[in-house]
Amino acid sequence: MSAIDQPVRKKDAMALVTGKPVYTQDIAPKDCLVVKLLGSPHAHALIKEIDIGPALQVPGIECILTYKDVPDSRFTLAGQTYPEPSPYDRLILDQRLRYVGDAVAIVAGENEKAVEEALDLIKVQYEVLQPVLDFRRALDHEVIIHPEENWKSLAPVGADNRRNLCASEEVEYGDVDQVISECEWIIEQTYHTKANQQVMMETFRTFTHLDTFGRLVCVSSTQVPFHVRRILANAIGIPKSQIRVIKPRIGGGFGAKQTAVSEIYPAIVTWKTGKPAMIIYTRRESFTSSSPRHEMEIRVRLGADKEGIIRGIDVYTLSNTGAYGEHGPTTVGLSGHKSIPLYGKVEAFRFGYDVVYTNVMSAGAYRGYGATQGCFAVESAVNELAAKMQMDPVRIREINMVRQGQVMPAYYGEKLNSCALDRCMAKAKAMIGWDDKYPCKDMGNGKIRSVGVAMTMQGSGISGVDTASVSIKVNDDGFYSMSIGATDMGTGCDTSLAQIAAECLDCSVENIIVSGVDTDASPYDTGSYASSTAYVTGNAVVKTCAALRQRIKAEGSAQLGCPVEDIEIDGEKVYRVDTDESISLKDLANGAMCGNSNALSATESFSSPVSPPPFVVGMAEVEIDKETGKVDLIDYVAVVDCGTVINTNLARVQTEGGIAQGIGMALYEDIKYTEKGQMVSNSLMQYKIPSRLDVGTIRVAFESSYEPTGPFGAKSIGEVVINTPSPAIANAVYNGVHVNIRELPITAEKVYMGMHKEK
Amino acid sequence: MIINIWLNGRQLTREIEADLLLIDFLRNNGCYSVKRGCETSNCGLCSVLLEDKPVLSCSTLAARADGKHVYTLEGLQPQAEEFGSFMADQGAEQCGFCSPGLVISVLAMEKELNNPSDEEIKEYLSGSLCRCSGYMSQLRAIKLYLDRKGAQEYERN
Repeated sequence: MSAIDQPVRKKDAMALVTGKPVYTQDIAPKDCLVVKLLGSPHAHALIKEIDIGPALQVPGIECILTYKDVPDSRFTLAGQTYPEPSPYDRLILDQRLRYVGDAVAIVAGENEKAVEEALDLIKVQYEVLQPVLDFRRALDHEVIIHPEENWKSLAPVGADNRRNLCASEEVEYGDVDQVISECEWIIEQTYHTKANQQVMMETFRTFTHLDTFGRLVCVSSTQVPFHVRRILANAIGIPKSQIRVIKPRIGGGFGAKQTAVSEIYPAIVTWKTGKPAMIIYTRRESFTSSSPRHEMEIRVRLGADKEGIIRGIDVYTLSNTGAYGEHGPTTVGLSGHKSIPLYGKVEAFRFGYDVVYTNVMSAGAYRGYGATQGCFAVESAVNELAAKMQMDPVRIREINMVRQGQVMPAYYGEKLNSCALDRCMAKAKAMIGWDDKYPCKDMGNGKIRSVGVAMTMQGSGISGVDTASVSIKVNDDGFYSMSIGATDMGTGCDTSLAQIAAECLDCSVENIIVSGVDTDASPYDTGSYASSTAYVTGNAVVKTCAALRQRIKAEGSAQLGCPVEDIEIDGEKVYRVDTDESISLKDLANGAMCGNSNALSATESFSSPVSPPPFVVGMAEVEIDKETGKVDLIDYVAVVDCGTVINTNLARVQTEGGIAQGIGMALYEDIKYTEKGQMVSNSLMQYKIPSRLDVGTIRVAFESSYEPTGPFGAKSIGEVVINTPSPAIANAVYNGVHVNIRELPITAEKVYMGMHKEK
Repeated sequence: MIINIWLNGRQLTREIEADLLLIDFLRNNGCYSVKRGCETSNCGLCSVLLEDKPVLSCSTLAARADGKHVYTLEGLQPQAEEFGSFMADQGAEQCGFCSPGLVISVLAMEKELNNPSDEEIKEYLSGSLCRCSGYMSQLRAIKLYLDRKGAQEYERN
């Protein structure tokens, strides 16, 4: 292999590090109207009266829209394949406001000052309603958050808006109550993970304008251009044929931009005024009106025999989707389906969930997508089981972990064709020096150093749903241009997919030009989410290259006058295997541009019936201050099985970055509200993300399995890397000071209180 | 008010509002490398050099730069390419949105600190946040870049 498993530079790297103007705001027309939103000051209210008269008088104001000006047809902002599992519960602007920050009015004007002034002059009379702020009491609450008649659920997800219920399900395999009742060791605990912000460095932003043909062009920092096209058509009520969505470079997404947070506002302004319009979310708006991780409370009951073999797992998840249901019905599923299957000796399991509406900002997609929350709960329960049995938490995993070749009943019955989890565990153990450091060491200076462990899995795309298409054509001199619908959001798929193409076409990565994404020009792709790009789009690249090779061979056979079976390609030339007579690819390509009727191009689509899981073992070494309870991360080891590594640099950096984000979730990050539903943590001052002083040393290694259905054996890596820090750090805290932290984040206060309560 | 700024070595005279922030002045004058990541002086994305010192242009008034020299990456392309190639070789840029601010700070650090330790590097750059990389690849790139400069000087002597 020449192009795979290499540290190839990202194609856009030098443009990015030298500060070239390549992001949405940098390329917007200068005459864009400035678009801003008036947000609700109340967590739950009805607009009784709204007066925009004085605001419209402000010089430079172009348009002000209220709920009276937008279609009364509900849609979802979730970027998912149609028919979306997320309920159609939104309007562009609604008379009912469901969280603090919910859009009351859209103001567009020539400059920011005019728009700010107009926002201040809009007079709104609210009928303030009782909000539902405790998600544990939301189900069947007397206050209904979505009482509207035109609320609609398109998919059978167990939703009932009259009950504040966004989704509900229970699945059972075997008789879990019976199995657990037979067990010597039983753990039953409840874990609470908080809503977290993605905090991509580029906040939400979009500009829109009308093109030569009067169509709406939407340039947006999005992970899901094709879904945005459908969402805009649904929201504005215009045909999809009237919309074109373009994705430039993106300043990070992490799932946040799998929801069409910002697109609808400038789009409706442009559609109504005919003028270009742009919305740039401030960091504050990105915090208060966006799409964070679902808060979940997860009850885990598990039972093990006297040797520590885990025989039954029972998981119930209560998920808080907030004011709207974006990604509500789907994230929750991963909390069980990607945590339970790690334990390969389970004879029975039950997994049930309810997803409820509340009057806080809508949740959305965030890297890990429910698996992260489930991982904290189930891995923590396993760690508590090990502690109860006085067994090494590494050992309990070694004797229980799922193995290659097993069928995983809790993972939709998929067979595990590639798994190096055992090797990941062994490697992580050696790297961190587990046997020397477990459980802890008193440093003699008031501090304790201790280690903790967790393991995790994710998927590689959504089986049977995610669809990727790729087009490749041969150009003059034999270089290739490849169009993809997958969205590089900094992750580097424009480069890693080119590596796969180069491998298939026996050429250099530089010989593959990659473009994406423009919904008018790019082949269809569901988008970059659900860890789908390397696996699903990667497979589409392999398939397209195979089809293209056949076309090149056919042209070669015509030129060399022999049956196509006798033709081979070596990347430079097309030749006859029987005579070695050849024609260079360059001559063939140039010849194809004169009097030719055989297009040297191919387009193929790929969808997978399976979603092979990647695995990570994470081990944390922390230092705990016995006096204050403060936890400092010293060292984090992550060993990854993502199948074949496509780009060694990018896979490593994805892992390091995911671990750092996971460390933030474990130790700091917490979206907090006042008792009236006002967000407190609405800036980077109150919502701390890890700086380079906070992450200790992150060390990464790969133990690759070979996934037979993947492109050159590859699986995914994007999400799985964020899952382990919370349970591993919680385990390290327990191993140091015997405090079980069951609610994130793991703050000094909680550790301190735990140390003093349990003594 | 009217201000004179030496922007990337070229003198500019502009009429501005007194409350105009330096970041907006710079972006209005074509310096798109300067990014805004927050409004609370926490992220470091908007870092530029004011009289050779790194400042946050989101919390500096444009008027404060009157009569002074301001450099953004637009005026530091050879230096950005030189250090940036080390970033690129590590894949450390990822989404790239925080890269210009980090590059500015690394160029300033290089002048200020002699042979910095890992801890000194982390401390100096702690105001530059990144959400993609987990910082490790950036540290590798910075150390290799500084090492290379050291090796070059050693050769010259």
